[in-house]
Amino acid sequence: MEFLQLTYNGLVLGSILALGAIGVTMIFGVLRFAHFAHGDLMTVGAYVALTFVHWLAWPIWLAALPAIAVTSILAVVLDQLFYRRLRRVAPVILLISSFATALMLRALVQIIWGPDNQVYATGISIPYRIAGLVITPDSLKVLGATALMVVVVHLFLAHTKMGKSMRAMSDNVDLARISGVPVKRVIFWTWVFAGALTAVAGILLGVDTRLIPTMGWNILLPIFAAAILGGVGRPYGAVLGGLIIGLAMNYSVLFMPSAYKLAVAFIIMIAVLILRPQGLLKGISL
Amino acid sequence: MNYLGFYHYGIYFLTTAGIFGVMALALNIQWGLSGVFNLGIAGFFAVGAYASALMTGAPDPEHWGGFALPLIVGIVAAMLTSGLVAFVIGAATIRLRSDYLAIATLGIAEIIRLVIKNEGEITGGVRGLTGIPSPFNSDNQLVMLAIVLIAVVVLYWLADRARISPWGRVLRGIRENEDAAMAAGKYVTRFRLEAFVVGAAFMGLAGALYASFIGFISPEAFKPVYGTFLIWVMLIAGGSGNNVGALVGTFLVWLVWSFSSLLTDLLPGGLATQAGAVRILLIGLLLQVILLARPEGLFPEKSPPLIGRSRKTRGDIQQKHS
Amino acid sequence: MSDNNQPVLDIRAVSGGYGDINILEDVDLKVHAGEVVVIVGPNGAGKSTLMKAAFGLVQVNAGEVLLSGEKITNISPDRLVHKGMSYVPQERNVFPTMSVQENLELGAYIRKDDARAQMDRIFDLFPKLKERRKQAAGLMSGGERQMVAMGRALMIEPTLLMLDEPTAGLAPAYVHQVFDWIRAINDQGVSILMVEQNAKQALRIANRGYVLATGRNRHEDTGERLLADPEIADMFLGGR
Repeated sequence: MEFLQLTYNGLVLGSILALGAIGVTMIFGVLRFAHFAHGDLMTVGAYVALTFVHWLAWPIWLAALPAIAVTSILAVVLDQLFYRRLRRVAPVILLISSFATALMLRALVQIIWGPDNQVYATGISIPYRIAGLVITPDSLKVLGATALMVVVVHLFLAHTKMGKSMRAMSDNVDLARISGVPVKRVIFWTWVFAGALTAVAGILLGVDTRLIPTMGWNILLPIFAAAILGGVGRPYGAVLGGLIIGLAMNYSVLFMPSAYKLAVAFIIMIAVLILRPQGLLKGISL
Repeated sequence: MNYLGFYHYGIYFLTTAGIFGVMALALNIQWGLSGVFNLGIAGFFAVGAYASALMTGAPDPEHWGGFALPLIVGIVAAMLTSGLVAFVIGAATIRLRSDYLAIATLGIAEIIRLVIKNEGEITGGVRGLTGIPSPFNSDNQLVMLAIVLIAVVVLYWLADRARISPWGRVLRGIRENEDAAMAAGKYVTRFRLEAFVVGAAFMGLAGALYASFIGFISPEAFKPVYGTFLIWVMLIAGGSGNNVGALVGTFLVWLVWSFSSLLTDLLPGGLATQAGAVRILLIGLLLQVILLARPEGLFPEKSPPLIGRSRKTRGDIQQKHS
Repeated sequence: MSDNNQPVLDIRAVSGGYGDINILEDVDLKVHAGEVVVIVGPNGAGKSTLMKAAFGLVQVNAGEVLLSGEKITNISPDRLVHKGMSYVPQERNVFPTMSVQENLELGAYIRKDDARAQMDRIFDLFPKLKERRKQAAGLMSGGERQMVAMGRALMIEPTLLMLDEPTAGLAPAYVHQVFDWIRAINDQGVSILMVEQNAKQALRIANRGYVLATGRNRHEDTGERLLADPEIADMFLGGR
């Protein structure tokens, strides 16, 4: 029974990781760099939504809309201000820049919203109990929102010209360029796309737990692990990777202290990098 | 601040700058010389600090260690332990692209912090380790400063010798063409691993000095902001690949960082409690500006044939394609 | 329309390479409308570099490149595509995680109209692609991938198709077929410039050939005559 509960909890965490990892993997695929500020971009999304929930008493799903807009715009602005210019110098400088961006975003969140824990809704909601399984309404929101987002992402990537262009650039930038794909425009929309997903992931993380300025940073490593496990540049792989990492992190409490959940994600990531660097979906379409 | 206060602050400032200088030189061996990307500096720093503190500290029933050994033993233990951790993580990941190495090193630093927090029987947990003795149990701050400066001078000398040695030439060659180097295989991997381990060992040394200087360590001191980020800013500002640049960058950035607290003290009430965050925001912005305006730093690397030309052609090709 | 004597592609006294280092020195090459032109020569002669210089992938430091009389020197590839030039790289020439059909759709990225008709024509040329339209290109054999790569390049209905060693790494059975496809494509009115290692076979289907060595023109003649020239056969075509 404990196993079943861990599975459920793992899927909830995995959903959040999956949404974060789709953004990371598309940035990694299209722009060829690991975006270290991704976790903190999640944090920004979560806090922007908090503002609308607290000030205007909007329901969380409505507050998600301005949060998505702000985070997407912020992602584009960061690219235009910093990353775009550095792409020409040396790719690895981008890593340092994104690391700096991560710290700046976190500092900004702390300055604007304060360093303390916050929640979207106070009060206790009564969990459902089904066959001994404890299911909180919040966790259902997370699963439902993730399912919806994955469908939207699928429709976008598989059926729109821009979605296909993103996948093409992630597959083979040079070939996309010589096919006439407008690289700069695709990069722009990749940031919008990743920013939107990041905001949703951040909000869901806030719904599932609570909001603190380090919330996104703390989850960055499992997100990278999910993206690498699924194969860099593979959005569907990122979803699969997110779920697997989420499950593994929860199952790990069966045989080690729960404080080391993070280490489980890390070890899986290192193992994948050594044994199967192309990720799980190597050589499989989609 | 009276004269005596100023004097003490000056010594404190120089000692910390020296410890940061050791880390910047160590990072320069990894990144500047070899192109090995390390975002886990704080982790190796922490391992060194704890290893040394456990060797040199007084016995304490609350945790393991406390052998009250002299600082030199602590330093050796720090360097060996940090080097060993680097060897294990490096053996697994050093042949990977920089991005993955960055993620892996960042991860290992976070896990080291987790271990320190949770294995209280060895590390004292979140309460940390107290009563770490100063060198020779001396109250004189100048002793510590002298030891730190000796470490800086020795490491500078070693790093500069390494740079012009055949070993350093090979490493620079590898750095300039990562793709080709990856293809070349085992031989290259060994050189990069050596640079990574040596650099990490010196980060451990810095940790040992830090523990002995402050006398108290806890997991909080080894967050990536202070342990990793500041060192990167220092090296980039000074000029990666240039050892003089690494030291000047350390000094200047530490000066800016220290005096930025004067600036944040002027902030209006509400913001004053967020002084730490404001400082991080400012130093982050400083790094971005340096990266954009002068990525080679104040003191560019002195061997133009290797880096100058390749940068230019790489830029040309990229521009043409974009 | 340009007059009949104007070449589709006209490379005039081009020197160029990567950065300031010239790999090509004073090279001339013309492709007339409806021609198949092949560039042959030993390894390192600059054959692929020449083609890349025409397509804006390698810097031209001197000389000029004209497409149907219009100067296109150092114009970037993404703009050349709009002018009717298509290029198939030797390696990494498909989108591996995308389906065959998606590969073709991306080839048609710049088309404003529905490219369905052209896709059908490509499926007529390569019936196997129609069968496997849903399959990921990365999972296909070398020969099948070459079909996808050519199909992608044909989606814009180019006036000039450039192929970089289309038979490299293919099984001998496929090599023949590739040359058949090239003929078939040419029969539909597409001018073709290609670099080929299988020089003899390529010259048999080519209208004209250029022999390149150490980045310079050595010979230029019809395919038949180059094949018949004993000196060239000895030096560049690996004996007779």
